[in-house]
Amino acid sequence: MLSFQYLPHREYAGLDTEEKLKKVFKIVKKDKIVLMQGRLKPHEEALLIEQTMGQITKKFSGISFCTILPDQNGKGKKSDGKVPLVLKNAFYNVFMKNRDTLTIIGPANLVKEIRKNPNRIDLMMN
Amino acid sequence: MIKKFKSIFNRVLGKLFRRKSGVKLGFYGPPNAGKTTLANRICMDWLGEEMGSASSVPHETREIKIKEKVEIESDGKMLSFNIIDTPGIATQIDYEDFLKHKISKTKAKKRAKEATKGVIEAIKWLDNVDCVVVVLDSTKNPYSQVNITIIGNLAARDIPVLIVGNKVDLKSSNLKKIESAFPQYDVIGISAQKGKNIENFYKEVFRLVK
Repeated sequence: MLSFQYLPHREYAGLDTEEKLKKVFKIVKKDKIVLMQGRLKPHEEALLIEQTMGQITKKFSGISFCTILPDQNGKGKKSDGKVPLVLKNAFYNVFMKNRDTLTIIGPANLVKEIRKNPNRIDLMMN
Repeated sequence: MIKKFKSIFNRVLGKLFRRKSGVKLGFYGPPNAGKTTLANRICMDWLGEEMGSASSVPHETREIKIKEKVEIESDGKMLSFNIIDTPGIATQIDYEDFLKHKISKTKAKKRAKEATKGVIEAIKWLDNVDCVVVVLDSTKNPYSQVNITIIGNLAARDIPVLIVGNKVDLKSSNLKKIESAFPQYDVIGISAQKGKNIENFYKEVFRLVK
């Protein structure tokens, strides 16, 4: 059986980076796939990789993770509406705080790879 | 805000002094993208010696390698670089994957352990580079989270980035896919192994440093 655990923004919004990652690892190490509302900051993503490497054992070979951005298809393209894309993105970043982004983090022993093509997400299971 | 100001201040100061001491040019990317092959190509072109061993087995480079004072000439201009080859960044390392490459169990375990340390070291080194060449395998899907995390971290640190789509000599190469994955960056297609488009690569590196 495959288990997913939803991690809403309110559950980690007040946490510092260490606590946030601790929460993620706690779920992942129970062989569950985290569906996180929002995304980690770039330095937190780097720290997630660093800490993953520091925890690798025979039983835990790491993680697979992927961030799904709402404006993925719009990047680099001209806006088709009246509001320029740059403004739209800025609005989202300020008011939504990336809450319409989804981050998937799974243990590598379950999720070998998350293949992201702009329009599709494939979870390659082990 | 203070962090951002500090970063800009350091960058301006760095620009003033690095011309003499050498531009710290980091090579980042996922395993097996061809970072060491490209670093070797540069070192062979300008020093006449290789930097490290490249292999088809992932995580061949497991520690940071530096070649100092590599004088590169392009369009009549000369610049001194410190070439920093980093281990491939990955989110998972399983020693059993190395067994498929006919490596003994003991050696595979040792390699995995060293590789994990190498990834940590590579990430820590992000704070010590002036410019970065992100080397991607143009035959692979560029939308991997490792690529996005590396480039996102470089952008957050205001470090100039050039994306190299390597292995363009292969039939399955798809440079356009890399360009559409990272439209805000300059992307150049090369074959580090065959030396294809290397002259233009040097030109792009000089543009990056300015």
